[in-house]
Amino acid sequence: MSETVLEIRDVSLTFRGKRGVLDVVAGRPPRDVNALNGVTLDLKRGETLGVVGESGCGKSTLARCIVRLHEPNGGEILFHGSDVFAPDQRRDRSYNRRVQMMFQDPYSSLNPRMTTSQILKEALLVHGMCGEADVPERLEKLMDLVQLPRDALEKYPHEFSGGQRQRIAIARALAVEPEVLIADELVSALDVSVQAQIVNLLLELQERLGLTILFVAHDLRLVRHVSNRVAVIYLGRIVEIGDSETLFASPSHPYSQALLSAAPSLDPDDKGSKIHLEGELPSPMDIPPGCPFHVRCRHKTPKCTAELPVLRPLEGRGAVACHHAEKI
Amino acid sequence: MSDATVSSTQAVVRKPGRLRLALAKPGFMTGIAIIGASVVLALFPGLFAPHDPNFIDYMAVRQPPSWLHPFGTDLLGRDTFSRVIWAYSVNMQMAFLATVFALLIGVVVGALVGYYRGIADLVFGRVVDAIITFPFLVLVIAVVAVLGPGLINMYIAITLVGWVYYARLMRAEVISQKANDYASAGIVMGYSDRRIIFRHLLPNAITPIIVYWMTDMALAILLGSSLGYLGLGAQPPQAEWGVLIAEGRNFITTAWWLSLMPGIAIVLTGLGFSLIGDGLADLLRPRG
Amino acid sequence: MTLTQVQTPLLEVANLCTTFTAGGASIPAVRNVGFTLNRGEVLGLVGESGSGKSVTLRSILGLSRRYGETTGEVLWRGDNLVAMPESSLRPIRGGEIAMIFQEPMTSLNPLLTVGVQIDETLKAHTRMTASERKKRAIEMLDLVGIPAARSRLGEYPHQFSGGMRQRVMIAIALAARPKLLLADEPTTALDVTIQAQILDLILSLAKDFDMGVILVTHDLGVVAQTCDQVAVMYAGRIVEEGAVRAVLKSPQHPYTVGLMRSVPQNVPPRTPLYSIPGTPPSLLNLPQGCAFAPRCPNRSSACDQSRPELLDTGGGRALACFNKVRAGEGAAA
Ligand SMILES: Nc1ncnc2c1ncn2[C@@H]1O[C@H](COP(=O)(O)OP(=O)(O)OP(=O)(O)O)[C@@H](O)[C@H]1O
Ligand SMILES: Nc1ncnc2c1ncn2[C@@H]1O[C@H](COP(=O)(O)OP(=O)(O)OP(=O)(O)O)[C@@H](O)[C@H]1O
Ligand code: SF4
Ligand SMILES: [Mg+2]
Ligand SMILES: [Mg+2]
Repeated sequence: MSETVLEIRDVSLTFRGKRGVLDVVAGRPPRDVNALNGVTLDLKRGETLGVVGESGCGKSTLARCIVRLHEPNGGEILFHGSDVFAPDQRRDRSYNRRVQMMFQDPYSSLNPRMTTSQILKEALLVHGMCGEADVPERLEKLMDLVQLPRDALEKYPHEFSGGQRQRIAIARALAVEPEVLIADELVSALDVSVQAQIVNLLLELQERLGLTILFVAHDLRLVRHVSNRVAVIYLGRIVEIGDSETLFASPSHPYSQALLSAAPSLDPDDKGSKIHLEGELPSPMDIPPGCPFHVRCRHKTPKCTAELPVLRPLEGRGAVACHHAEKI
Repeated sequence: MSDATVSSTQAVVRKPGRLRLALAKPGFMTGIAIIGASVVLALFPGLFAPHDPNFIDYMAVRQPPSWLHPFGTDLLGRDTFSRVIWAYSVNMQMAFLATVFALLIGVVVGALVGYYRGIADLVFGRVVDAIITFPFLVLVIAVVAVLGPGLINMYIAITLVGWVYYARLMRAEVISQKANDYASAGIVMGYSDRRIIFRHLLPNAITPIIVYWMTDMALAILLGSSLGYLGLGAQPPQAEWGVLIAEGRNFITTAWWLSLMPGIAIVLTGLGFSLIGDGLADLLRPRG
Repeated sequence: MTLTQVQTPLLEVANLCTTFTAGGASIPAVRNVGFTLNRGEVLGLVGESGSGKSVTLRSILGLSRRYGETTGEVLWRGDNLVAMPESSLRPIRGGEIAMIFQEPMTSLNPLLTVGVQIDETLKAHTRMTASERKKRAIEMLDLVGIPAARSRLGEYPHQFSGGMRQRVMIAIALAARPKLLLADEPTTALDVTIQAQILDLILSLAKDFDMGVILVTHDLGVVAQTCDQVAVMYAGRIVEEGAVRAVLKSPQHPYTVGLMRSVPQNVPPRTPLYSIPGTPPSLLNLPQGCAFAPRCPNRSSACDQSRPELLDTGGGRALACFNKVRAGEGAAA
């Protein structure tokens, strides 16, 4: 639980907007999307870090940066101390083996024209995980690992339910013996009972194989259940990060508070005390100055509109990016 | 954890084999029959033609259909039926050779620009715009005019213009397939671009292109015979449907069989290709 | 809910069956589904993945016809939609009855801008002018919480995050002010604050414009907070139905009990969660008796022999089970 596997240092990513001739003539500024604005976090060996935040705040972008689907404009991502975007590392496909991502949509993340065994075999052989002769044995082991029947190997993705497809995606990721799993809304599309199965499977695999997991999800109950630590992201910045139980029991940042209060209760009579966020939804194309949350914050002061709060450790809890965290 | 074990009897549906599906489609089967027969005729015309297509018989010029000459004879007394049969060789070859290179070039170019986008895609966009502003036939005739008439030059001309249509289709299809997570998953798995493009994206993107190919083969026959008719494609005395129609055009009222019979052959093969295209559109759709 | 009860229902579904055929075998994806929906009411549809929720929604709009056979009655303004020809259904789809499809990633055309896609719906179903349509499009994107809506109209779906695409779908569905909304997991890709906002929007449209809503979801919290009625589906049939409060507080079907137990609530963190043992039955090979019997902790010999019908159990509830779970019994099962 101590060694740092992945260090994300001040990573930012801006998607350049297209500017037509008309926009240039009219003097309109380019509409760039600032998806990540300086995210810093560490992933420790064997832990699960939950990531939550508003839709569009950059969770998937962060996940995709980590697996090199996007290249950040600023900052660096270090894997065991070496920069994964350094030119000599870029060509190193073993990084792609050691850090695996699993996707949200079980219907589009598997090639519809390949059987399970073709999908898994490809992964094994491309990375030379075993010789041609050992493939059948490895495939059977993988099926056992994700608790699918052996005859699933000869079937096509459309012959499986969503939960089974996610198991195949997990098997594909595990085939190459990764150290880190990035799970972007892995279970969002599944029903609660199957969700529970997949979460159980992940927890068990983590225990057995010592995996490090980044778990992105919207279901706060689920994130709370699986995570050791949790990071709350707002407009491409971490606004709070800390131990899962502490954070869920008493969130410190006003945004975390609002987010957690919005989780729908299972009790129809418990309408909850939702903190209604006032003010206009900010856009990553036009991030407010000062604290990016100030336009919707109940606790804002003049300082908040002027000065960007940095993420700082708070006594007895994790780190919070709010000027007034102590008082709230 | 044991309760999570999944048995194979999931609420999952086995689909019937593609072959069974295909057999159940009368349109598709008709298409296969027509084109199958056309291919056989094209490969072994000698087996089916009752006469030598180039045998000149001045004793029997412009005879109407009869038992001896089912489609009548032309003004040199050649047997029209035999000429139409022999023309299958040229016209089926046309359908294939005029399109297959356009298909190959288009698929590769379209897949590459669709996958990489960037500058290449912008350039490609301009090329497409430039080419499709002109009617297909006009461009092809222009190229033939430069290269000179003849079958080979005609194939080159049709390929030069035709690949753009395949590439455009392929590009759009690859772009939409690439948006699927399985493509991202390939990148994340560390697969090479070549593997992702040709092993993962291409098989999923190819269906509409194959379907278009079928229609395009029908169009190629039409185009090829138009050029033959105009004297820019196959050259007489070669038996080719366009050439045959051209030979008969002055005798439409007196010797109607001269143009009608090759015309029917064109329509029939065109229909065959279209029926196959429609059937394939259904059959090749990924299931699920 | 008291005074409005006397009105005629907005939608009456009775005996709805949809069967797909594949290679000679028939797959009964939806079997004898029936319910009524009043104006302004929200009906939740929950159940295991593959239990036929999406097919039910699709069948209401006649969208399952292409692949299978739909029978039964879907009474909409006095017409039976099941018997209606395709040509008369087309203007209803997307206009009076709108649908939010489950797959936000594949339901948007990747080659058209978001603005064009909203505009298309409005063009088809309203008589608005071009500038009115544009205004409505911006207003809708605003309502579903897409910031800087005006400048995002010209963007393509891949430039949006997953949740934003889903919100675009919702905007498209609601743009033409439908009378009935069929929403297939509309908020699964959304964070809880946006989810709350969207559900509030749907609820306020339901109350203000008397729009009926059928909401498919697997988030029981959403059901608890949004729906008036809930129907639980298993293997193509409704197994339990009733007012949300009653069903969630004292589920009577063992399957519903299992679902409620799978939610990670009051479980120590990072410990195994409960999940219903076994797997759903193959629709090609349904058990003779109750479809849930092989996985059911309460099963008795009757369950294996005959199929329980959906019967009234009083208090506006209905149940298809021989061994009703009594209040408080569930957790012990
Ligand atoms: N390829 C892209 N081009 C332009 N903008 C993009 C692209 N991908 C993402 N964005 C923008 O970046 C921002 C962050 O997107 P991201 O997908 O990371 O959000 P998210 O937190 O995963 O949201 P969700 O919970 O809805 O999935 C969004 O405003 C999105 O529109
Ligand atoms: N076109 C089709 N042909 C054959 N079977 C189909 C077809 N569409 C759906 N099915 C089957 O019908 C059953 C019900 O599917 P449906 O999509 O309604 O499930 P669902 O309850 O919406 O599940 P989920 O929660 O995963 O969305 C499934 O077993 C599915 O395999
Ligand atoms: S810094 Fe100010 S505006 Fe930002 S969250 Fe804290 S109190 Fe609110
Ligand atoms: Mg995302
Ligand atoms: Mg569904």
